Amino acid sequence: MNLVTHAKGAAGFLHRFEGLRERLPGARLPWLAALRDEAAEAFRAQGFPTRRVEAWKYTDLQPVAAAGFDEPLTPVDDALDLPPARAGARAVFVDGRFRADLSSLDGLPFAAGALAQRLDALAGRLGALARPAEEPMAALNTMLFEDGLLLELPEGADGGVLELLSLATASERPAAFHPRHLIRLGRGARLTLIEAATAPEGARYLHNPVFEIELAEGARLTHGRLQEEAARAFQLATVYARVAAGATYDNFTLNAGGRLVRNEIHVALVGPRAACHMNGAQLLAGEQHADTTTALEHAAPSCTSRQTYNTVLMGRSRGVFQGRILVRQAAQKTDGYQMNRALLLSPEAEMDSKPQLEIYADDVKCSHGATVGELDPEQVFYLRSRGIPEGRARAMLVEAFLHEAVEGVTDEPLRRALDAAVAGWWARQEEGLAA
Amino acid sequence: MPAVNETIETVRSVTEGTYKWGFETEIETEFAPKGLNEDIIRFISAKKGEPEWLLEWRLRAFKAWQAMSEPRWAAVRFPPIDYQDAHYYAAPKRRPKSLDEVDPELLKTYAKLGIPLREQEWLAGVATSPDGAPRAPVAVDAVFDSVSVATTFRERLEKEGIIFCSISEAVREHPELVRKYLGSVVPPADNFYAALNSAVFTDGSFVYIPKGVRCPMELSTYFRINAKSTGQFERTLIIAEAGSYVSYLEGCTAPMRDEHQLHAAVVELVAHDEATIKYSTVQNWYPGDAEGRGGIYNFVTKRGACRGARSKISWTQVETGSAITWKYPSCILQGSDSVGEFYSVAITNNFQQADTGTKMIHLGPRTRSTIISKGISAGHGQNTYRGLVRISPKAVGARNFTQCDSLLIGDRCGAHTVPYIENRCMSAKVEHEATTSRIAEDQLFYCRSRGLSEEDAVGLIVNGFCREVLKELPMEFAVEAQKLLQISLEGSVG
Repeated sequence: MNLVTHAKGAAGFLHRFEGLRERLPGARLPWLAALRDEAAEAFRAQGFPTRRVEAWKYTDLQPVAAAGFDEPLTPVDDALDLPPARAGARAVFVDGRFRADLSSLDGLPFAAGALAQRLDALAGRLGALARPAEEPMAALNTMLFEDGLLLELPEGADGGVLELLSLATASERPAAFHPRHLIRLGRGARLTLIEAATAPEGARYLHNPVFEIELAEGARLTHGRLQEEAARAFQLATVYARVAAGATYDNFTLNAGGRLVRNEIHVALVGPRAACHMNGAQLLAGEQHADTTTALEHAAPSCTSRQTYNTVLMGRSRGVFQGRILVRQAAQKTDGYQMNRALLLSPEAEMDSKPQLEIYADDVKCSHGATVGELDPEQVFYLRSRGIPEGRARAMLVEAFLHEAVEGVTDEPLRRALDAAVAGWWARQEEGLAA
Repeated sequence: MPAVNETIETVRSVTEGTYKWGFETEIETEFAPKGLNEDIIRFISAKKGEPEWLLEWRLRAFKAWQAMSEPRWAAVRFPPIDYQDAHYYAAPKRRPKSLDEVDPELLKTYAKLGIPLREQEWLAGVATSPDGAPRAPVAVDAVFDSVSVATTFRERLEKEGIIFCSISEAVREHPELVRKYLGSVVPPADNFYAALNSAVFTDGSFVYIPKGVRCPMELSTYFRINAKSTGQFERTLIIAEAGSYVSYLEGCTAPMRDEHQLHAAVVELVAHDEATIKYSTVQNWYPGDAEGRGGIYNFVTKRGACRGARSKISWTQVETGSAITWKYPSCILQGSDSVGEFYSVAITNNFQQADTGTKMIHLGPRTRSTIISKGISAGHGQNTYRGLVRISPKAVGARNFTQCDSLLIGDRCGAHTVPYIENRCMSAKVEHEATTSRIAEDQLFYCRSRGLSEEDAVGLIVNGFCREVLKELPMEFAVEAQKLLQISLEGSVG
């Protein structure tokens, strides 16, 4: 057994870091070496969080900590089975590493490419938003990241639609990879980023991405995340976004795959009239565990935030929603809204929900709502009284519930991708139910 | 805003020291030495002439407490408490044998608080509501520092088979009941403050309603902290047998002092088949002054068990006092079709902090719960609703509705909402909604244009905001609670 690369538990990852320290990208950059060392210290102090840590009350990382991970293999020129492109421009990552040969980024009106190639230019920017001391998974990422997507849109640029595809390969030993994605939009720039994560069935891996997103005044980023990881995979994603005056960050996350998944989003609205929309759907079956955790900070006046998350639970799955809205004293005229709904379709499923308001300004309008329950028998009855068989009636209501979450997405390409993913998931479940 | 600032100033100047219950009674008091150890616990137990099993029970709780640390998860901040620097027992020296022998100083104290202890005064209509109307008789257990000094209307209640007395008395006279139920809802080592209470509890009320009896009058306990450097650790136990009904009220006040005093109570309720317990609190402990000096630390564990089918426990609380409130009156809904309710108004003004809410634990099928919480923050107050709704897999068809509204008055205060929703039952339905806003300018303007002063307008709007909760209070308390809301908010208009 190769002790240098095999990582089990927090100690295993720390051990790997010690072994790789000198060979990680940017090892010669003092600022980056210091950043990684600090992150390693933070990770050493926290380890994999247990459920005693409030932020992880409902998600137990024990299965991740207990699994052993290897270093992803060096890419071989196997013919990879890439899903059809969702946009003209596409950046492809395989096991966390950028693959220029599979990507199509030529002719873009902005800089897009592998982060590992440009590290020397990223002092002060990489790590500007991530908080390894607070979020242990961000610490793990900072300590071990090798690559990621670097996007820089100049003032006024319209980036159109870009796909970020993250692919994991099936190997004998599970791999762990920690891509770090850095995205910056200049004043008034616009971009739709469709991120898709998938892998062949049976692949086992830990995908631990961190996004650092900065939006300058008036910029607009639509960020769709289609998480369709392999059934035995772990994805623990942490997104940090900083939104300046008049800018808009739109995040839609679809959690459909994976064995244990956490989608953690931290957004700070730091300029007046900034806006944030965070929506998502979690589609869970079998033994899946999916956690969406949002932390939204209103730090400037007259900002708006909207959140809607719908979760459908089948089998023995478990869904978690934690959503915190923090309104600082300066953030007068805040308008914040958050809704999370869950539909329990199995007697063995569980949904835990913890919406949270923390408000220090008085001239605000903030509300949140949460519902958990089964399909409304009255609605089923209504459809049946119209001659629709019960099975079909229930299916219609579930579809409606799922599409409700997607409805708010105004970006056409993203919406099409989401609709297709939702419809595909539900069709698979129905097949399963019929079988 | 200048007009608003002016109002704030005017109101502040008028209302400095509005805590009119802040006087101290000069009365000879017997203290246990300062400190907390096994000897003190033995002292308390001996003072109360307790049986051996209870002393053992206390000592076990004390052991558990020593191994625990203060909970730090609540959104409240306070300097470390020196648990050795307080008297854990303080009692007036002269102990009455009957109501007629109650120390006149005590009678005066309670009269001043609006709580006549002489039954004839109630019956003669001397006891009046703030609006001057005669009040319906209320049986009162008056707890002064560590002891119960009087319990009224006992004979009347005994006729119905109802036991209403201090818990010390119950230990002596109904040991089988106390032994059966004490700690059965809140185990001695439940949490840090409950363990402390279990070790050193001194007095509190005991209520037993026999099968099928509807308690003919409101039962009430009035808690008064009087002595310096003491804490109050009362223990209340209410048992409602099958098909019975009781409405219980508690009120509390304390003198104005610069020191913080600890109040760590435990309340346990048990409702059997088809029994109903209605528990109302108007909590008006001294909140500290405008600079945040002094005030009571109110760290309380209250829990009710709906053991029987179709039983019901309803908590109503109006929390206006205390420097810090840490309190989560909860319901364990075991019996099928049992019902839990929680209605709360919590006000924090000046430097008050409140972290309060409830837990509804649904275990039985078709159990239902309702949570209505209204938080009002003013001045530098911090107000947190923290609640848990947990539906177990067996709670088929369970139902919860939660509504938490927060009102902010001024831009130096905070309002927070932290609900936990855990649903493991498909057929259960849980709904939660929460809002935070301030008093709308147009509402204020409308009231002002009708000739109301700004304070009256705020009072009116706040009372409207709290109406859903206040209407759950027994009539007598509702009127007082409304006044109290207004007084608590004085000096905060903006």
